[in-house]
Amino acid sequence: MASTSDRLLVNSQLEHLQARYVGTGHPDLHRYDWLSNIQRDTYASLVGHHNMLQYVALCENESVGRTKYKLLNKMFLPCGNPPERED
Amino acid sequence: MHLYNVTLQRGGNIQAAIYGSFSAPKTHEIVVSRTKVLELLRPDANGKLQTVASTEVFGKVRSLCPFRLPGSGRDHIVVGSDSGRIVILIFDAKTRRFKKVHQETFGKTGCRRIVPGQYLAYDPKGRAVMIGALEKQKLVYVLNRDSAANLTISSPLEAHKSRNITFSIVGLDCGFENPIFAAIELDYSDAEQDHTGEAAREAQKQLTYYELDLGLNHVVRRWAEPCGNGANLLIAVPGGGDGPGGVLVCSENFVSYRHQGHREVRCCLPRRSDLPSERGTLIVSSATHKQKSMFFFLAQSEYGDLYKISLDWENDTVKDVVVRYFDTIPTCSSVCVLKSGFLFAASECGDHALYQFRGIGDGEGEVEARASAASGGGADPLTFAPRAPSNLALVDRLESLSPVCGLECSNLYQEETKQLFALTGRGPSSQMRVLRPGQTVVEAAVSPLPGSPNGVWTIKESKSQEHDSFILVSFKNASLVLSVGETVEEVTDSGFQTNTSTLDVRLLADDSIVQVVPGGLRHILGDGRVNEWRCPGRKQITSVSCNDRQVVAALTGYELVYFELDETGQLLEQEKKDMAGEISSVCIAPVPEGKLRSKFLAIGGYDATIRILSLDPQDCLGPLAVQAVAAVPSSMLFVNVSTSDLDEESGALYLQAGLANGILLRTEIDAVTGQLSDTRTRFLGTRPPRMVGLRIQGKEALLALSSRPWVGHASEGRFMVSPISYEALSYASGFSSDQCPEAIVGVAGTSLRILVPEHLGGAFNATGCRLRYTPRAMAISEDHKVVAVGQADCGVVPNRFVTAAAAPGGEDDDMEVEGEPEGGREVQLGAVRGPADQWGSCIEVIDAATLKVSSRVDMEDNFAVTSMSLARFEGQERDLLVVGCARNVTLQPRGCDGGEVRVYSFAEGGKSLELVHATSVTDVPRCIEPFQGRVLVGVGKALVLYEMGKKQLLKKSECRKFPHFVVTVETAGDRIYCGDAQESFHFCRYRWEDNQIHVFADDVIPRYVTASVALDYNTVVGGDKFGNIFVCRLPADASREVEDDPTGGGLLAAGGNGADRGGAPHKLDPACSFHLGDTVTSVSRTTMQPGGKEVVLYVTVLGEIGALVPLTSKEDADFFSHLEMHLRQDNPPLCGRDHLSFRSSYNPVRNVIDGGLCEQFSQLPREVQARIAEELDRTPGEVLKKLEDMRNKIM
Repeated sequence: MASTSDRLLVNSQLEHLQARYVGTGHPDLHRYDWLSNIQRDTYASLVGHHNMLQYVALCENESVGRTKYKLLNKMFLPCGNPPERED
Repeated sequence: MHLYNVTLQRGGNIQAAIYGSFSAPKTHEIVVSRTKVLELLRPDANGKLQTVASTEVFGKVRSLCPFRLPGSGRDHIVVGSDSGRIVILIFDAKTRRFKKVHQETFGKTGCRRIVPGQYLAYDPKGRAVMIGALEKQKLVYVLNRDSAANLTISSPLEAHKSRNITFSIVGLDCGFENPIFAAIELDYSDAEQDHTGEAAREAQKQLTYYELDLGLNHVVRRWAEPCGNGANLLIAVPGGGDGPGGVLVCSENFVSYRHQGHREVRCCLPRRSDLPSERGTLIVSSATHKQKSMFFFLAQSEYGDLYKISLDWENDTVKDVVVRYFDTIPTCSSVCVLKSGFLFAASECGDHALYQFRGIGDGEGEVEARASAASGGGADPLTFAPRAPSNLALVDRLESLSPVCGLECSNLYQEETKQLFALTGRGPSSQMRVLRPGQTVVEAAVSPLPGSPNGVWTIKESKSQEHDSFILVSFKNASLVLSVGETVEEVTDSGFQTNTSTLDVRLLADDSIVQVVPGGLRHILGDGRVNEWRCPGRKQITSVSCNDRQVVAALTGYELVYFELDETGQLLEQEKKDMAGEISSVCIAPVPEGKLRSKFLAIGGYDATIRILSLDPQDCLGPLAVQAVAAVPSSMLFVNVSTSDLDEESGALYLQAGLANGILLRTEIDAVTGQLSDTRTRFLGTRPPRMVGLRIQGKEALLALSSRPWVGHASEGRFMVSPISYEALSYASGFSSDQCPEAIVGVAGTSLRILVPEHLGGAFNATGCRLRYTPRAMAISEDHKVVAVGQADCGVVPNRFVTAAAAPGGEDDDMEVEGEPEGGREVQLGAVRGPADQWGSCIEVIDAATLKVSSRVDMEDNFAVTSMSLARFEGQERDLLVVGCARNVTLQPRGCDGGEVRVYSFAEGGKSLELVHATSVTDVPRCIEPFQGRVLVGVGKALVLYEMGKKQLLKKSECRKFPHFVVTVETAGDRIYCGDAQESFHFCRYRWEDNQIHVFADDVIPRYVTASVALDYNTVVGGDKFGNIFVCRLPADASREVEDDPTGGGLLAAGGNGADRGGAPHKLDPACSFHLGDTVTSVSRTTMQPGGKEVVLYVTVLGEIGALVPLTSKEDADFFSHLEMHLRQDNPPLCGRDHLSFRSSYNPVRNVIDGGLCEQFSQLPREVQARIAEELDRTPGEVLKKLEDMRNKIM
């Protein structure tokens, strides 16, 4: 049985992780946040790997610079506006 | 199954380029990142780019920046990569290597969203660098020097801001005040919380200044202001007295000057006149040129137009921003302005170029936008029509295949080795290239000769001369002397005997010349007198060899005569010896520097031996060593090779012998005892190789002339023998002249050729044919000797191209000269831009013999070609071309308004295409493969089997069990191997009896397949989008079960235990897996040399050509995996990424050995080599030999 202090410790460690690593989940994570996070990661990966950026640019017939700009802009709100939340 | 991965040609794509003085102060050099490879380029005196060093880093370089400490003349290189580390390198000019100075870890490995590495910025005064991630993290490192003038690095200072996407970072020039870094950031925290969308609409990109407080040693966010949502790039403006400081913010359609406490000065970019109104103009790369008195910027738009941006400023106040159209060159990922007046343009796709400035764009009549003018800041921008470059003149180009979309191997030209046909480039740089293995040579001159020569030599007039003055061509009963000057002319008063053939000619150390004719020796002195030595009796010279002071001649009747140049300048007979057998060839070693004579003489005998004789006066012509060889040595040559880049003196003397059976034999000679050791052999061709000495980059090299010519030279610590992509030469000699200091003069048939080797070390020689749009699919018809290429581009207006008249002078234009005669010489600058869903597409038939487009079929009605294949249908006598195309294709999300499978027949002997019929399909037909007299077409999620019909193709069978999108189909027997766009391979079986295709096995790993080829009945090799190459194999028992099952596994697949699990009844085993770091676009199985081993050849988006070689014995696999293991420990990658972790980026590396890493063994210091070799129970020589053999097996 974990004592209250243990649980607090776990909580604070989790908070620390969430602050440090973007995208660390928590039990009440909304589907929207999860999806946004995944998509941002994907776009970041496409921009970071030059071969994939070139691949996307080749398909879309755009310059690599334009493709990168488009993908970065998409990172802003990859899943559109957030749903209404009840807090 | 073990595979050995070798890179045959490194990827040509340049991802980033920086300019600086890296090897020594005041040098003009460029360091480029080819993503996986770091290279140092240096333009030589003629403006030709030389690759000084090239190192594979086994990681991904993402950003580079130069860094110079105050007061220092040399630049360091700061590298941002996927290693989670900042690495600072310096280039060591002596060893010609990059050396790691610092490596500081800050995060996890991999190209992640919040781990810095994507952006780098440096303080121009050399005090700090900032390394940034795409989101949140930015770290500042303070760099300084210690008392020994070494670079020191601080611990990182954080400038993080959560939920901020970074678009660009730059270091401001603010003199010796605190360093400031500027960034474009976009904060999404509010927008993500507000469901009404209000916050998202109001969100604005911010221009933020981060100040590094050197006194307090921390970073503060000093200033932030909205800068418009189109902003994408920052350019630092010189400051601290040289300029006003601040930044230029490049945004879509305009550029503005911004600084803290300064009003915004905004200038609209002039637009291309043919651009649709909904398209913007985005600056994608820029370079700054700064002199004492002035500075300007060159910025390039996404369409390739260069703009010259200059500022009108006074006392830190910018009054005006002036943007002028400068020139149009291919779109670049980086441009560098060199202080020596050159511009290096690293293209996004296609060849890179070095230009020389002819003007700085201040001519009259150019479009000029000003911030102060009404049009400058307003909504109505100026327009211009792009033209061919007039301010820039092309000096040199660096070949790049990137991006390669397809590859086929075929021996269409019936040559000794297969040719590779590659679809390369994009838009205006699209080409179908024919690659032949071998060094590229440029034919500088061809002139006919009056007969069939039996020898050619070049001679200088004196040792002090730099260039050759005579070419001597020998015929059966005459010799022709040509003098080299402005023109090449015959001379008659040269002192050479011309009424007989010549065996050898040589300039001796005292500037006299020896001409060897069959009857004897003629020693032509400097003053024109000739001393002759005649062969005794009726004897004749059969073979001769000379160096600077010594001559040795083999006479008929087993006799050997040895001459030496004495102090008085007389060539005197020193010794004579009767040999036991007939002599096939003789060779004398070159005189070592500072010595009077060489000690060694090699004699090849018809008894298939090589004997080494001593030339020591004490023991003249005494035997030293003997080696029995496989065949008669017909030609020999001594070459001094320095086996290590690290010290030039570490050379060794090698005897290279061409044997009568076409084998080149290489043996090391002990410099003291003359003993032979470490013999290596290589098959060169069907003719006995003739060896010719040569100088390449000032070092000794060799030419071996067999059924094709070969060149051998030392590079990266290895002596490499590689074929020359040229017809067979019978005789050759090195040739040096003003225009080309290291050329070759050779005889092919009855003509004399002057050849210049280009970009030494390239594995392939490419010739090409320009295409209209980006190539997407190809099919080679061996019957008609034509190549059909399907091309498609989205977002263009079909059949309308931006063209401009070529610059006067013509031949130096760098872009696509349309070969069509009607418009004169025109430069193609790409297709005219249109709406994103509009496609331009066509099929071109290219005649292989002329490499010209012989006919074109345009795709009308917004159809785009997606696939093609040749197929011979049942009952047909000829191959037909089956083309898949789709209408109104949209990429995101993938979709189309139906597709068609069109069948074409070749007409006019293959020159043109005739439509037979078209068949509608419901989705994109992405792949086509002939199968048992029918065709298999992958249509969206389905695989359809079609039979030939009269009016259209007849659907015979269909399988709809694929999860996403069938992208590759391969067949073997009854089996069909399908690659899915997201779910790896599916093995299917076609059953004739019930006419059904069913999936009997699939993969457990979701791989995004891009290319595949079947290796055997149970095995497929494929590449995926993320840069992995892998082999999937059906387990033997599963294979047996499927074959034994009377329903062929059909019952299981249909209703049994497969369907309810959501997959096929059998699963594939991952046999091999390897991360290349580059997306494979095509794989094929082929042999690259006659009688060679079958290898898997792959090409990638970034232009790399590589091969996977199967290791046949357990012993080899063991040896190489141990060698790889040792190298991982003793030779960690340069950019800080762990080798094993890089190769396992997506899936753990399995059964593939990294040949690129193993080959770095030759670059290790001697003692490390010895230690590793000892642990492998071998000598370093044996290890090197094994590595060399491995490579020689391929090509």
